[in-house]
Amino acid sequence: MAAEQAKVDPMYQFTIKPLGGSDEWVLGEGFNIAFTNSAMWMLITTVVLFLFVLGGMRRQLVPGRWQMMVETFTGFIDNMLEANIGKAGRKYVPYVFSLFMFILFANLLGLLPLGVVGVHPFTFTSHFTVTGVLAIISFSIVLLVGFWKHGFHFFSLFVPHGTPLPMIPVIAPIEFISFMVRPFSLALRLFVAMMAGHVLLEVLSSFVIDGTNAGVGFGLLVGLPSFILMIGICALELLVAGIQAYVFALLTALYINDAENLH
Amino acid sequence: MPQIAQLADTWSSQVFWLLVFFGITFLVVGNLMVPKVMSTVAERDGQIAADLAAAKAARDAADEQEEAWRVRENENRAAAQAIVAKAKDEAAAKSEKKLKAAQTRIDKKLADAEARIGDARTEALAEVESVAVEAAQDIVKTLAGVKVTKPVATKAVKEAMANG
Repeated sequence: MAAEQAKVDPMYQFTIKPLGGSDEWVLGEGFNIAFTNSAMWMLITTVVLFLFVLGGMRRQLVPGRWQMMVETFTGFIDNMLEANIGKAGRKYVPYVFSLFMFILFANLLGLLPLGVVGVHPFTFTSHFTVTGVLAIISFSIVLLVGFWKHGFHFFSLFVPHGTPLPMIPVIAPIEFISFMVRPFSLALRLFVAMMAGHVLLEVLSSFVIDGTNAGVGFGLLVGLPSFILMIGICALELLVAGIQAYVFALLTALYINDAENLH
Repeated sequence: MPQIAQLADTWSSQVFWLLVFFGITFLVVGNLMVPKVMSTVAERDGQIAADLAAAKAARDAADEQEEAWRVRENENRAAAQAIVAKAKDEAAAKSEKKLKAAQTRIDKKLADAEARIGDARTEALAEVESVAVEAAQDIVKTLAGVKVTKPVATKAVKEAMANG
């Protein structure tokens, strides 16, 4: 029975494999820096993003389509920061743009149907080690900016404006916990959304394969609807890829706003 | 779940390469390229704003000139109308004068003609009288054989004609 089952493990796609015998690369004791498939896709994301923005640097007065596209993205981030933070938000455009585009390109590249030609894209945003580091960077910026600009006064963030004095001992710990949860919610949201989507696609594809292997009847009954559903879910995943990148960037902007404009 | 199962083996590699590649992205794309893209956008916005301002200034200048032209035009029209009215008045006065002169001439001619007619009539009447006097003398001489003197005959004729 076990031999008849197709070998579709929905989790296998998240496996990290060192490439080209790099598994012994270390930086000091126990700090392995093997160049994995995950690192490979980070490299690809960086290169593709670089080429994308490079195409928008022709600096023409009347932009072509590509330049228009790049300028739309920079304008989008610029507007988002200005709407949420104000004029001071301008200086965070390089970081938030890099963050948004890096996550967006990682999500989209991870969805490419390269399995057709035998290469398997790896979505590194489905690893909480990666999303966690990005969330910690965003959170660190919030802390640095907050303490830099407001000093210890930044702690007044935990006392919302207009809190009655007797309520402060109760409100402050709650606010503190909600503040400290931010990096986790930031990291877990992206990681869970990306992983869930890929698992769902993999499970549906296993239905298609197993159903078709079980005969024409099952193929039509199970395989075909699953396949149609997969097409729909793929479209949904493209949407999720954009939305999750946007949410990450937007929440980063909102958190930076807390630090920049305290209350 | 490889994310957890491989965590101990791979976290350092993940963190390291993410920092490397996200760092490159941030430094190169975010810090070098994005400001250039945004400055292009700002330049274009500035250019568009400047062009719009120039167009607005040009339109205002055109409006101003049109207004000035209108004022001048109105002045010219008023002047022209004044000239036309003056010419009309002059012409009217001239023709009136001419008409008056012609009227005078015609009246004079008429008066002359009437005078001439009156003279002619008087002459004719005098002739008729003298003819009548001679005729009366002749008639009386022939019928009565009486020779009537001219003054008597004349008196008789005058009486008869005054009655007639």
